[in-house]
Amino acid sequence: MKRHQIIKSWMMAILVAAFISACATTQEEIPTDDGATDQSTTDGSATDGGTDSGADATGLDGSDTGDGTVIVDSTPLTVAEMLEQSEGALANRTIYFEFDSAKLTSESIEILESHGDFIAGNGEVSVRLEGHADERGSREYNIALGDRRAQSVRRVLLFQGASSDQVETVSYGEEQPAVTGHDEESWSKNRRVELIYTVN
Amino acid sequence: MPLKKIVPYLFAALLACMLQNAHAALTIEITQGVDGALPIAVVPFDTSRVSHKFPVDLAEIVASDLNRSGVLKAMDRDALPASPHYSNQVQYPRWRNAGQDYLVVGRVLETTAGVYTIEFQLLDVLKKKQLLGRSMRAKKRNLRRQAHQISDFIYEQITGTRGAFNTRIAYVRAQKDAARKYVLQVADTDGFNAQNVLESDEPIMSPRWSPDGKSLAYVSFENTRPEIFIQHLATARRTKVSGFRGLNSAPSWSPDGKFLALVLSKDGSPDIYTLNTTTKRLKRLTRHRSIDTEPVWSVDGREIIFTSDRSGAPQLYRISVDGGKPKRITFEGRYNSAANLSPDGNYIAMVHLDRGQYKIAQYERETGNLTVLTDGSQDASPSFSPNGKMLLYASTRGNNGFLFVVSIDGRAKHKLSDQAGDIREPVWGPFESK
Repeated sequence: MKRHQIIKSWMMAILVAAFISACATTQEEIPTDDGATDQSTTDGSATDGGTDSGADATGLDGSDTGDGTVIVDSTPLTVAEMLEQSEGALANRTIYFEFDSAKLTSESIEILESHGDFIAGNGEVSVRLEGHADERGSREYNIALGDRRAQSVRRVLLFQGASSDQVETVSYGEEQPAVTGHDEESWSKNRRVELIYTVN
Repeated sequence: MPLKKIVPYLFAALLACMLQNAHAALTIEITQGVDGALPIAVVPFDTSRVSHKFPVDLAEIVASDLNRSGVLKAMDRDALPASPHYSNQVQYPRWRNAGQDYLVVGRVLETTAGVYTIEFQLLDVLKKKQLLGRSMRAKKRNLRRQAHQISDFIYEQITGTRGAFNTRIAYVRAQKDAARKYVLQVADTDGFNAQNVLESDEPIMSPRWSPDGKSLAYVSFENTRPEIFIQHLATARRTKVSGFRGLNSAPSWSPDGKFLALVLSKDGSPDIYTLNTTTKRLKRLTRHRSIDTEPVWSVDGREIIFTSDRSGAPQLYRISVDGGKPKRITFEGRYNSAANLSPDGNYIAMVHLDRGQYKIAQYERETGNLTVLTDGSQDASPSFSPNGKMLLYASTRGNNGFLFVVSIDGRAKHKLSDQAGDIREPVWGPFESK
C-alpha cells in the first residue's frame, strides 16, 4: 500500500516537473547560463521546491482513479486547473503573523517558496497579496502593518524567481477582517496575507 | 463618593435613558458625571407665536452642547422651577435656590414663512443681571446650526474661550447590510445633520479637513487599492492626488493648506512624504525600513510628528519638514500612535496602550506628562476641537464603533451615537471663517 503511494507520488512529481518546465522554457535558460553559485542554489531549490510542491499537491489529479497511469493519458491540466485543484503548499493561500509583526515563520517561508516556484514557472500567473491586520491599535498604523506583511511575502516570492510584474501588493489594514470576533482567537486569524491568484 | 453625591448622576443617567427613548435618531449618553461644572439652566424657548409646530428643541440642543463641554452642567429639564421666556419674567431667588449660577431664556418668532427670529438672553443668577442678549435670523434648515451658535455665544461669554459647537465633524460609517458598505459623512458636532460625502463598496479611510474647512482629503479603495483623494465639499468635485504602487495613506494638510503629508510605500517600507498639491512635487522625509506613518504638522508648519516602530514598537517622533534625523517624543508605554496636535501646539493626543487596552491619552509637551483620558479598550482616532477644549474619538464596543467627546481635563465624557452602523475615524473640522 505504502509502496503504491510512493510510486504514485513519484509519477505525479515527474508529471508536474515536466509540466512546469514545459511552461517555463524562457526562464529556464537564464539560470543554466548564468552559473553564479547563488543563482544555482536558488535554482536547485526551485526545482526541488517544484517537485516538493508537486508531491504535496497530489490532489492535482483529483480524479481519484486510484491508478496513477490513467493520468498520463489525460490532457495536461491548465494552470488555472492546477491552482483550482491544488492541495498542500499551493493550496495554502493565507499566511498568518504574530501581533504587530511582519515576520514570516519558517513554515510560512516554506509555503511561500512553493508559491514562488509556481509563479516563477508560470509566466501567465499573477498574484495579488492582500495584507491585513487585527483591529487593535490605530487604523493607519494597521494599514502600514498590512503593507509590511504583504511586502514580506512579496520578497520571498521574488527571491524564488517570480517577476515583480507578477506580484502586486495591497494593504487593507484592519478594514476587512476574516472573522469578526474580538478575542485572540479571532485576531490571530485576521493578522494575515492572502494570496489571490489570477491567470492571464 | 458619598451616596448623596451619586444620586444626581443616577438621576441624570435615568433621564438620559428616557431621552434616548424619546429621540431614537441619535442619543447622547452621559457616561461620566462632572464635579465642579458650573450649573446653568436652559429654559425651553417660547415657540407659542409660531404658526405651526416648531421643528427643533433649541434649548435641548444648547443644554446638550454645554454639557459636553464639561465646564457647564445644564439643569435637568424636569427640575426647572419656572419657565420664563424674557429676563423681566425671571424671579432670581427661585433659580438661586435651585442651585443655578446661570440662566438662559429665549423665544422664537416667525419673520416670514420658514424664516425665524430667535432671541435669547444669558442671565447671571447671583448678580441678577443680563450677561448677553442676541437676536438672530435662521431658515428652517439652519435651526440646529443656529442652536449650536447660541451654545458658542454662551460658552464664550462664561469661559472666555471661543466655543466650537457650531463646527462640523467628518467620519466614516461602515454598514454591513446596506447597498453601499462605506459612507464618508459630515455632521454637526452633536452628530445630527449627517450628510453623505462619498459612498463606496470598498473601504474609505482617514478623512482630514483642509484648514479652510472646504475640502476633505481621504483614502478610498474604490480602485481596489488605497489611493488619496481630495474632495471639495460644496461641489463634490474630487481629484486623485496620490495613486502610487503600494500604500497611499494617512493624508494630513499643512497649516497653510498648500501641502499634504502622506505615507507611501512605493520605495519599500511605509515612509513619510510631503506633496505640494499645486506643483505635485513630492519630497521624501523619512527613510527607514520600519513603519513610518500618521504624519501631522506642527502649528508653525515647520515640523511633522509621526508614528514609527523603528524602536521595535510604535512611538511618536518628530522631524523637520526639511528632513534630517527624527527625534523621539514618547517613551512611556509600548504603543503610542495616531498623534493629534492641540491648536496651540502644547498638547499631543494619541492612542496609548495602557495595561492591554487602547485608550486616548494626552501628552503635555512642556512637562512630558502623559494623562490617560478615556476608559474604553479600543479607543482610537483622537481629534481636538478647534478651541482645544474637547477631544472627539472613536470607541469600539462589540461589533460597532461609536463617537465620543471627552473634555481635555478628562472629567466629562459623552457618547454621540447613531443607531445604525459602525462609526469610525472621526475628525473635528476647523472654525468656520466669521
